[in-house]
Amino acid sequence: MNQFADYNPIIMSIIKTNNLERFYTEGDVTVKALNGVSLNIEEGEFTAIVGPSGSGKTTLLNVIGGLDSPTNGAVEIANTEITNMKDNELIDFRLKNIGFVFQAYNLIPVLSALENTEFIMLLQNQPKEKRHARAIALLEEVGLKDQIYKKPNEMSGGQQQRVAVARALASKPKFVLADEPTANLDSKSTGDLLDIMLELNEKEKTTFIFSTHDQRVIDRAKRVITLEDGKIISDETK
Amino acid sequence: MFGFKTQSQTSNFKLQTLNLKPQTSNFKQNIMILKLAWRNLWRNKRRSFITIASILFAVIFVVFMRALQIGTYEAMTDGVVNMYTGYAQIHQKGFWDDQNLDNTMPYRQAMVDSIENVEGVTGVVPRLEGFALTSFKDKSKGSLIIGANPEKEQQILKFETLLHQGEVIAPNDNRIMVSEGLLKYYQMQLGDTLVLLGQGYHGMSAAGKYAIAGVVKFRNPELNRNTVIMAIPTAQWFFSTGERVTSLILEKEEFTGVEKMVANVSAIVDLNQYEVMDWQTMLPELVQSIEADNVGGVIMAFILYMIIFFGIFGTILMMTSERKYEFGVLISIGMKRMKLAMVVLWEIVMLGILGVLSGYTLVYPLIAYFYFNPIVMEGEMAEMYEDLGFEPIIPTSLDPSIPITHAAVILLIAFVLSIYPILKIRTLKPTGSRRL
Repeated sequence: MNQFADYNPIIMSIIKTNNLERFYTEGDVTVKALNGVSLNIEEGEFTAIVGPSGSGKTTLLNVIGGLDSPTNGAVEIANTEITNMKDNELIDFRLKNIGFVFQAYNLIPVLSALENTEFIMLLQNQPKEKRHARAIALLEEVGLKDQIYKKPNEMSGGQQQRVAVARALASKPKFVLADEPTANLDSKSTGDLLDIMLELNEKEKTTFIFSTHDQRVIDRAKRVITLEDGKIISDETK
Repeated sequence: MFGFKTQSQTSNFKLQTLNLKPQTSNFKQNIMILKLAWRNLWRNKRRSFITIASILFAVIFVVFMRALQIGTYEAMTDGVVNMYTGYAQIHQKGFWDDQNLDNTMPYRQAMVDSIENVEGVTGVVPRLEGFALTSFKDKSKGSLIIGANPEKEQQILKFETLLHQGEVIAPNDNRIMVSEGLLKYYQMQLGDTLVLLGQGYHGMSAAGKYAIAGVVKFRNPELNRNTVIMAIPTAQWFFSTGERVTSLILEKEEFTGVEKMVANVSAIVDLNQYEVMDWQTMLPELVQSIEADNVGGVIMAFILYMIIFFGIFGTILMMTSERKYEFGVLISIGMKRMKLAMVVLWEIVMLGILGVLSGYTLVYPLIAYFYFNPIVMEGEMAEMYEDLGFEPIIPTSLDPSIPITHAAVILLIAFVLSIYPILKIRTLKPTGSRRL
């Protein structure tokens, strides 16, 4: 049965979740990390998921990104239900459809900024000339034209996170998931990164969904979804 | 507002005009896997160097030890097989178990001609061997009498090579050659006469005196102490055997296996009358002593392999634990587990290859040196070797199968050990190893 049968589809929806539940068992205690989350994210949104620690932000992003399976409920990405996909199918799906930006940057330490950006396109078997040109274009876009041959350990945290954004966008994903992308950055780097993400959002209609505690990020988000105890308690569009 | 904004206008155009349809290029992905593996190897240089060094020293030790062992076996075999018995012989049936002149066989040229035409046989060398008491002045000693055709022994006894003094006897010579040890024992000189006394065919008396034409120096100490060499007709006369011989030694084509040659010859001789034996059947004591000694070497090699195994395993455990987070990230962004496993597999194999190659680079000059300059044993050890009939030297072997075998074992260890991180990668949960 299609779990979205009674869900009201919205044109251009890129992410739909229906009554998502994710329970963990710790000893005798069952923790409800997600407790009936239904949401709908449209193409081109710049959405912040906020809430206190333990509210389920990271779990929600994990489930949307196909990195974790819900206990109940379903996730549909661009009209494809991913909940029951096998591991290899999910990896392929993520490769083609989802960009990830991590709190700790998580670039491949032995590759240069250019190679890190090209990496996903290489996994997609893009020809060398095209991936090279796109990687350079993306690195220019994030203001790292002069740093393309630097390894991650030769760059600042802010620069590394910009490379991470370039990497996330390299495969032209349907959306980018970012978990606390500014958590390790100083205020200048945070501002620069937000500018880049907003510019990409506005000019290329790239959809960003990120979790954050950072008020500066929340202030600039166009939609703010607040979670508490695994439930959505508010959903505001500015 | 920001420096990069101007650049973005041009790059936006580039982003939109690029055609990003996937094109198959597994070769490029494989190159990427190798590149990643190679670079990962040098992320923790100190640890990689320590692992490579542990493989290197183990390779040096195990290859040198085995080269010495196998070199010693080759020297033993060479001293007995290549220079005395040959790789295979034909005798009258039952001769080898009861070696006396009554079990000799008639020499038939037609039979020899047909054996020489067998595939893998390059020549047939007749011999008549027996024992007699030799005597000079007031000394006497039991000696091995070898009746041989010096012209046909070019590949086996090689008298020209062994000649120490005087000249090699002719095929019908009535003079004899003696081994260097026998000459020293009797303190004889060339031209002196040696008296021989023994028992011939069917109990006939065997007695004669023979002038010494030449002295040969055998590498085999036992042969070098007690041997008298006669031309075959002279030996046949001495032992009263008529045209009989004790053995026909088969000369082998270089690239033919002994077993194959023996099988080919066995197919054309009457096995009810003759026996065709390879050197391993004729000299089981030599084979057994080599095998027994070899077990010790294999056990030592096994211990070294265990050291290598746990050395590499330690590195792999640390590497897997340290990089669990990174593996999770790579799987999250779309790298297939199998590709990631290949990166790790190559890292481990590259470690193994580097250790093995650097080990060989250092050990080979050492092996080559001791091949050309064998260790010469002295004192009791030398006596023990000579008592066993072997030359008291320890050479190394240049047999390429030694490094190839050990490289294969070390690479096998690397492959086996790579199962651990591969299993870890296979079961790794991206969310378990990292925060999104």
